[in-house]
Amino acid sequence: MHSPMEQFEIKRLLAFHIGSLDASFTNSALWMMIAVALATVVFVFGMSRRAMVPGRLQSAAELGYEFIAGMVRDNVGNAGKKYFPFILTLFVFILFCNLLGLVPYAFTPTSHIIVTFAMAATVFVGVTIIGFAKHGLHFVSFFVPKGVPFVLLLLLVPIEIISYFVRPFSLSIRLFANMLAGHTMLKVFGGFVVMLGVYAGWAPLAFIVAFTGLELLIAFLQAYVFAILTCLYLNDAIHLSH
Amino acid sequence: MDASAAKLIGAGLATIALAGVGVGIGNIFGSFVSGALRNPEAAPRVFGNVLLGFALTEAVALFALVIAFMILFVF
Repeated sequence: MHSPMEQFEIKRLLAFHIGSLDASFTNSALWMMIAVALATVVFVFGMSRRAMVPGRLQSAAELGYEFIAGMVRDNVGNAGKKYFPFILTLFVFILFCNLLGLVPYAFTPTSHIIVTFAMAATVFVGVTIIGFAKHGLHFVSFFVPKGVPFVLLLLLVPIEIISYFVRPFSLSIRLFANMLAGHTMLKVFGGFVVMLGVYAGWAPLAFIVAFTGLELLIAFLQAYVFAILTCLYLNDAIHLSH
Repeated sequence: MDASAAKLIGAGLATIALAGVGVGIGNIFGSFVSGALRNPEAAPRVFGNVLLGFALTEAVALFALVIAFMILFVF
């Protein structure tokens, strides 16, 4: 029987080498491109008619847009308008990667830590640059909580600094671990169906059906959490709020 | 002790984190239900926050899972 971890294996589809760098086109890259292409189709074709009474595809595109626009408005305020395209892109990309991963035999790019960490690190570096660009060196006061006695500050400032630098790791591990755990669990129960055979196999099969529903929710939820945490970090950097 | 046996015990110990996560998730949904019964009109507005809290708490369990996997497969 195949191992439940086999689905995460990266395979070279087209081999490319730039010097000693392995820049092969892999199944991970292929599924990322499919996700981007599908997202582009939904948004471009959905909005091409611009009907007053939207059809199904247009409704989906408008709903996604409105959802993220509302999130940015509520969490960052007017100053966040500039960053809305980035957050929408991030959300849609993660959502499509997660959802496409649920298709049998598909590959989930977001189940690899390097993919999610690249996105989280981009958010982290970008937010830090925005903070310094907006407030100059005053941004450092973000690490000093207000109204705290000096003795406690000696303890709190290191904690604040650590919790700030842990952000990209927690952000990326959350998404990656959710995808990894969910897909492994589905495959493990798939193995149970085969092992138990015709008579008892229907019980894990029913579980898989129910669990796929939960996985759909989690695929959406993790994209939502990634986007909303990006919004909260942006808000911290722009408004220096605590 | 055999190193591979210690590895299995360590991976098992890593799942103790689930105790805290169980308390956390129970707390989130318990508070939501009791709050929603007191003020049903406000319930839909906070449900987004409930899901956010659920996802953040569940992530802690998955951190433990990652640690268990690292103990089992990386070392």
